[in-house]
Amino acid sequence: MTTLPATPDIAARTALVRAGRIRRSRRRVLVMVVLAVAVLALLSAVIMIGNTIYPVSDVLAVIRGESVPGASFTVGTLRIPRALVGALAGLAFGAAGTTFQTMLRNPLASPDVIGISAGASAAAVVCLVVLRWSGTATMFAALIAGVATAAAIYFAARGGESTGGRLILIGIGIGAMLDSVVSYTIQRAAEWDVAVAMRWLTGSLNGSRWEDVLPLGIAVAVLLPALALLSRQLKALELGDAAATSLGVRVDHVRILLILAAVALTCFATATTGPIAFVAFLAGPIVSRLVGHGSSLTIPAALMGACLVLTSDLIGQFAFDTRFPVGVITGILGAPYLLFLLIRTSRRGGSS
Amino acid sequence: MTAQHQLTAEALVSGYGNRTIVDGVDLELAAGRITVIVGANACGKSTLLKTLARLIKPTSGAVVLDGKLISELHTKQLARTLGLLPQQPIAPEGIAVADLVGRGRHPHQKLFQSWTTDDDRAVVEALDATGIADLADRSVDELSGGQRQRVWIAMALAQQTDILLLDEPTTFLDIAHQVEVLDLLTDLNHRRGTTIVMVLHDVNLAIRYADTIVAVKDGKVLAMGEPSEVVTCTLIEEVFGLPNSITADPVSGKPMVTPIGRHHVRLTQSATHPS
Repeated sequence: MTTLPATPDIAARTALVRAGRIRRSRRRVLVMVVLAVAVLALLSAVIMIGNTIYPVSDVLAVIRGESVPGASFTVGTLRIPRALVGALAGLAFGAAGTTFQTMLRNPLASPDVIGISAGASAAAVVCLVVLRWSGTATMFAALIAGVATAAAIYFAARGGESTGGRLILIGIGIGAMLDSVVSYTIQRAAEWDVAVAMRWLTGSLNGSRWEDVLPLGIAVAVLLPALALLSRQLKALELGDAAATSLGVRVDHVRILLILAAVALTCFATATTGPIAFVAFLAGPIVSRLVGHGSSLTIPAALMGACLVLTSDLIGQFAFDTRFPVGVITGILGAPYLLFLLIRTSRRGGSS
Repeated sequence: MTAQHQLTAEALVSGYGNRTIVDGVDLELAAGRITVIVGANACGKSTLLKTLARLIKPTSGAVVLDGKLISELHTKQLARTLGLLPQQPIAPEGIAVADLVGRGRHPHQKLFQSWTTDDDRAVVEALDATGIADLADRSVDELSGGQRQRVWIAMALAQQTDILLLDEPTTFLDIAHQVEVLDLLTDLNHRRGTTIVMVLHDVNLAIRYADTIVAVKDGKVLAMGEPSEVVTCTLIEEVFGLPNSITADPVSGKPMVTPIGRHHVRLTQSATHPS
């Protein structure tokens, strides 16, 4: 490529454009650092705070494997798994949500709104409560159900113009049907108990166990970096299929990979905690206001998801006389935003 | 001048589903020249461009770049030679001009490689070439239609391809901005030797700016060549189904099409109408 006739100040202006770009990306890095610190602080809080507040020294002793009266059970068996499952599920929901929202260019298009979480949740509840399958088998059943739900929505919405808007409406419909499967199963289950019911209806961290941490942890450790690596392609895809193709992105290929990774994250998290309401839906829009527009939101949204889950869990546990599961709190946060988006959409008469 | 790449269509047939839209097109796109494709609505001109840009797979025939089928070239490598500005690309909400232009660098970037000085320089050159350097930090949302179109062209320029295809780059622009965009593309062609292939709606602007004009009807090429040689009353009537009169464009000296409708026609003029 020959360069244009060199204008005297091109170096200076290159520096200026570079400075602008660095300024915008520095803001993103700053937000990520702050969010990462917040996640760590919230993790510590969930681990230390409870009916008994244990000092850091006790917590560290438990982590080192020493036996501390009281703390070994409360911290080691109850709180650490709870905190880790909460953080991992938050990371998964946040990253999956923003991936869908960016890919479909619509804030309503997160997997929890368009029924994918409901598919995973319905499969999980049937496997656990009716078929009495093990945790791992349930996870894979939830994964298959989530992928099947995504495929069903995709094929039902295909064809014609404005696939995005129709896809969301069909997804909401399918989600409602699957939610009723969850309610029905819980109603019919012999050993009906509130904790289990709440988990599959709204999502809950109660009863999180060490056995849950590993599979979810592996899923997040593999799929979150995969989504991060695809984020550059996602940024091209955001400009429309035609523009992305001309930028050298294999559109169909990349889209399938993005969908599979995001659906898998949603399903693994849902099979562990239940469909924690609106975390996937809220994380992306919140961080996009913090980091500014135009840069990849995958990692910031994942961190924001973890913050949302852990904060809501703390609020649910301690802010009221009654303990609420985490999904009730995130539901309270998310519902007004959903309403706001729906009202804005109907005012604009479009699907964005 | 840049390396000369040769883009060719051979017996190209393409369409959507079972509907054939481009029906047997042979086209050799002159390297380093401006080729403009014209035709009536739904004649297949846009589909032809999309097939050349590999957005649509040909049903039969082939698009060949430098002797190789484009379907067999590595997509990123192809994207460093052949760029397309689609008709309606989508700007992410709130994105800064420089960031959107920077997305044109995608085919030049590797998986783990960070942003390089070359990337920044390409962005600055693209901003300069399109005259929007002072908008670099502004949000694309705030810009006017004309400015926004320059941003998209700048993104295509930052991709630094030797061949640039544009699908109606002047749609939604007023006449002044249309001329501005076409001047800009001509500058680019003169300075960098970029091969430009575009679809235009306005037949007179097409004639004025084209080195080679391609007239398409019903998915077939009716005529192709230098505008002053191929544009005739009969051709325009055949392509658009519109009676017309051709005079010399007082500005460029190239042919100029004046449509003849059912109203506002002076008898004297219709009498001199050559067809």
